[in-house]
Amino acid sequence: MKTAQQIARDVRSGESSAQSELDASLAAIRGRNEELNVFLYVDEAGARAAAAAIDEKVAKGDAVGPLAGVPIAIKDNMCQVGIPTTCSSKILEGWRPPYNATVIDRLVAAGAVPVGKTNLDEFAMGSSTENSAFGPTRNPLDPSRVPGGSSGGSAAAVAADMTPIALGSDTGGSIRQPAALCGLVGVKPSYGLVSRYGLIAFASSLDQIGPFSKTVMDSAILLETIAGHDPMDSTSLPEPAPSLSAHVEDGVVGKRIALVRELIEGADADVVASVNRAVEALKDAGASIIEISIPELHLGLSAYYLIAPAEASSNLARYDGVRFGLRVDAEDVEAMNTATRTAGFGAEVKRRIMLGTYALSAGYFDAYYGQALKVRTQMINAFQRAYAQADLLIGATAPSVAFPFGSKTSNPMAMYLSDVFTIPTNLAGEAAISVPFGTGEAGLPTGVQLLGPGRSEAQLFAAARVLELAEVGS
Amino acid sequence: MTLPGSWEMVVGLEVHTELKTATKMFCGCANHFGAEPNTNVCPVCLGLPGSLPVLNERAVELAMAIGMALHSRIAPSTFHRKNYFYPDMPKDFQISQYDLPINSGGYLDLPDGSRVTIERAHLEEDTGKSTHLGGSGRIHGAERSLVDYNRSGVPLVEIVSGPDIRSSAQARAYAAELRGILIATGASDGRMEEGSMRIDANVSVRKSGDPFGTRCEIKNLNSLRSLHRAIDYEALRQIEVIEEGGVIRQETRHWDENLGVTSTMRTKEEAEDYRYFREPDLVDLAPEQGWQDRIRLSLPAMPAERRTKLAERLNAPTPAQLDAVGVVIDLDLEVFVNAAIDAGVDPVLAIARTANELAGGIEGIKNLTPDAFTATLLMEQSGQLSATQAKTVLGELLAHGGEPAGIVAAKGFEQLSSDSLGSTVESLIAENPDEWARYCEGDEKLAQFFIGQVMKLTKGQANGKAVIAELQTRR
Repeated sequence: MKTAQQIARDVRSGESSAQSELDASLAAIRGRNEELNVFLYVDEAGARAAAAAIDEKVAKGDAVGPLAGVPIAIKDNMCQVGIPTTCSSKILEGWRPPYNATVIDRLVAAGAVPVGKTNLDEFAMGSSTENSAFGPTRNPLDPSRVPGGSSGGSAAAVAADMTPIALGSDTGGSIRQPAALCGLVGVKPSYGLVSRYGLIAFASSLDQIGPFSKTVMDSAILLETIAGHDPMDSTSLPEPAPSLSAHVEDGVVGKRIALVRELIEGADADVVASVNRAVEALKDAGASIIEISIPELHLGLSAYYLIAPAEASSNLARYDGVRFGLRVDAEDVEAMNTATRTAGFGAEVKRRIMLGTYALSAGYFDAYYGQALKVRTQMINAFQRAYAQADLLIGATAPSVAFPFGSKTSNPMAMYLSDVFTIPTNLAGEAAISVPFGTGEAGLPTGVQLLGPGRSEAQLFAAARVLELAEVGS
Repeated sequence: MTLPGSWEMVVGLEVHTELKTATKMFCGCANHFGAEPNTNVCPVCLGLPGSLPVLNERAVELAMAIGMALHSRIAPSTFHRKNYFYPDMPKDFQISQYDLPINSGGYLDLPDGSRVTIERAHLEEDTGKSTHLGGSGRIHGAERSLVDYNRSGVPLVEIVSGPDIRSSAQARAYAAELRGILIATGASDGRMEEGSMRIDANVSVRKSGDPFGTRCEIKNLNSLRSLHRAIDYEALRQIEVIEEGGVIRQETRHWDENLGVTSTMRTKEEAEDYRYFREPDLVDLAPEQGWQDRIRLSLPAMPAERRTKLAERLNAPTPAQLDAVGVVIDLDLEVFVNAAIDAGVDPVLAIARTANELAGGIEGIKNLTPDAFTATLLMEQSGQLSATQAKTVLGELLAHGGEPAGIVAAKGFEQLSSDSLGSTVESLIAENPDEWARYCEGDEKLAQFFIGQVMKLTKGQANGKAVIAELQTRR
């Protein structure tokens, strides 16, 4: 399949049309969606209208944006006017938002054609997309395995060539881990780079929207399209979108890149081997490599599983049956709230709401949530020290290649460990990218993670491009 | 009301005031009372999934203005989520301030000279408004509940006093003075009947000198009268419980305006654990000094300062005159008083007519101009109008507007010519020789007798001072 960059170029030049690119996308979706369960909703009519509008603009000689005619898949936790938005939860079944997420408005303004909403772990809580109320998504590279999660549907859409690019959200690794498991580029932008307005919150202080693509360039183009200050999001950085695609070919000459011991510790040997090969590739390209240890990273997982559930317990309170989504009637309001939430939420969501409620409760706050906040500060300081020694850090994205269905569902801790390498970046509010590099068990892709301080996306894309060139040679 | 024996009440008030901003606290919806239900709403104030709050700068300015008027310290502050489920609260949490409020400390001086300390004055958002149909009108046992989210997200400031208040009268004076400040700062319209100012009272009792007793919180007192009555009722209830050997349980109580009683809403054991934590969707609030200075400079004079200034125009004012000054300030009527005094009207007369006649007809105040008021008082002062006539003219001006001269003419309040007054006085002297003799011997009280007789004959159209002048020329 063509890259987003190629499609936009061809649509602009008249060599192709938005409508024919959309046809190809819809055909791919028809071909494998039933098997893989990628899209929960395909907005064929809306997409056709959008594509026709782009073609009309091109025909008239009007300016079209950098993503003109590019079909894109949207994780189903971002609001799009009139399009069912479920977060893969029964509690939101049938709800159609009356407003667009800021990222949707920006995509449309850039000429992109949103084709539909993709499956996820319910409310983005999970690492395999097995927690969806609407069934799991299968990994297009091996349908007996998970695509990762929580943005498994968006990753699978790109991996199955249904769309060249997709949007996911990353709270603890939910873009980077599925990108690694599906052999894609996936980016967790610096906190505040992309507006969260219209992203249905899981953990507000950790959530960021970011791109999936097959190439580094496509992710750079997509990210610079959706980034930049949004007055509707108070936590959005007060500056315009950075230029990213212009820096993809900057290389890594003279860059200091540190291999972080804790970011490969416990990973499968094939994953570690890929990381080591990536380090060599960066060295060959002119980077200076050091090896460091950041012991605080060990604390990330525990801090994350207090902070994220605590925020979630509050963010998910509004699903009470009063105003939208599911309502299970009962004799009074409290009983209705309880019946609705009991029927509407899945087991993992309930587990995290209970965890978070407990962590915030009087008498436990200091020992749990308060302590986790202190750990978070330590983590930020530890990264700051690391970035005094190195421009970027490198490690694994996930401990293993894509794993078979059911292999971790009975043990939540084992599942949570899938995100052990990705969580620290979210806690620190910094940026990281997962690049497909090498293969492991059963020939499945392994992901290498590059990490940088806040606003280091341009450098991350340049380093990722070095790995892409080393791997595919183009 | 005085409490029996050596009992003393200890009261602290929590006053919630809606801020008079054009838009809501975290979204662009109109902040407007009285619109059709659920018309001033959007994804943010409905708490729709994915929506995010953005702080209204004007709400911050008004909160700072309140803090400055209350001598509070304005400090960098944060927002927290107060988590509890209630159908009129769309997100099932309220964005409020917790350990770091925008205003901390401060005080409010009352007209009687007492000082009530202020603990804090923090920002928070209002909830929607529930109406429960059927049952008792409360949510439990209701057949249906209707929710209007127009009020959801309206900015509020909660002003928490120290436990410094010792009587229901003082509580009322505090609330009235605070209301004056809220109106003066432009923060609120102070309309208690529309719920734009709502009061919770923490009440306990003790024998004077003892440590504080256990307090009960009375919720949602919607008028100064309710505040006064509820506090008195609650203090007496607590004294009765204690004197009968019982103990006061810490609880939240509901005031029933019709029955005039408080009753248990929930006990301390039933109190919610609000699981406060920092609102991750908002950034910290640290108003820079320049911004604070601009607000401070734009603050108008507060009621206490205005009272002092107006009282200075009176020479050695009596307590009753000071009360009248208070009324003038409370009703924001200084412009009338000052115009009249500046034009030469006696300050005592100007304040009295304003505090009585204008205050009594306040609903028509927009019909009256300071010029018309001044002209009327000048006519009264010169003797052209009697006091009764002047009051009638003011009443007419308040009711329908117009010019004093025209009203005087239309009512036939033409001045009695001094000839006609003189002849009336002469005939009265002739008819009452004894009284006249005593007056001539220096019994000044008799002047009142003659004035009364003249008024009777002229149906109140004569001017007392003119009558005295006529009497004196003949003495």
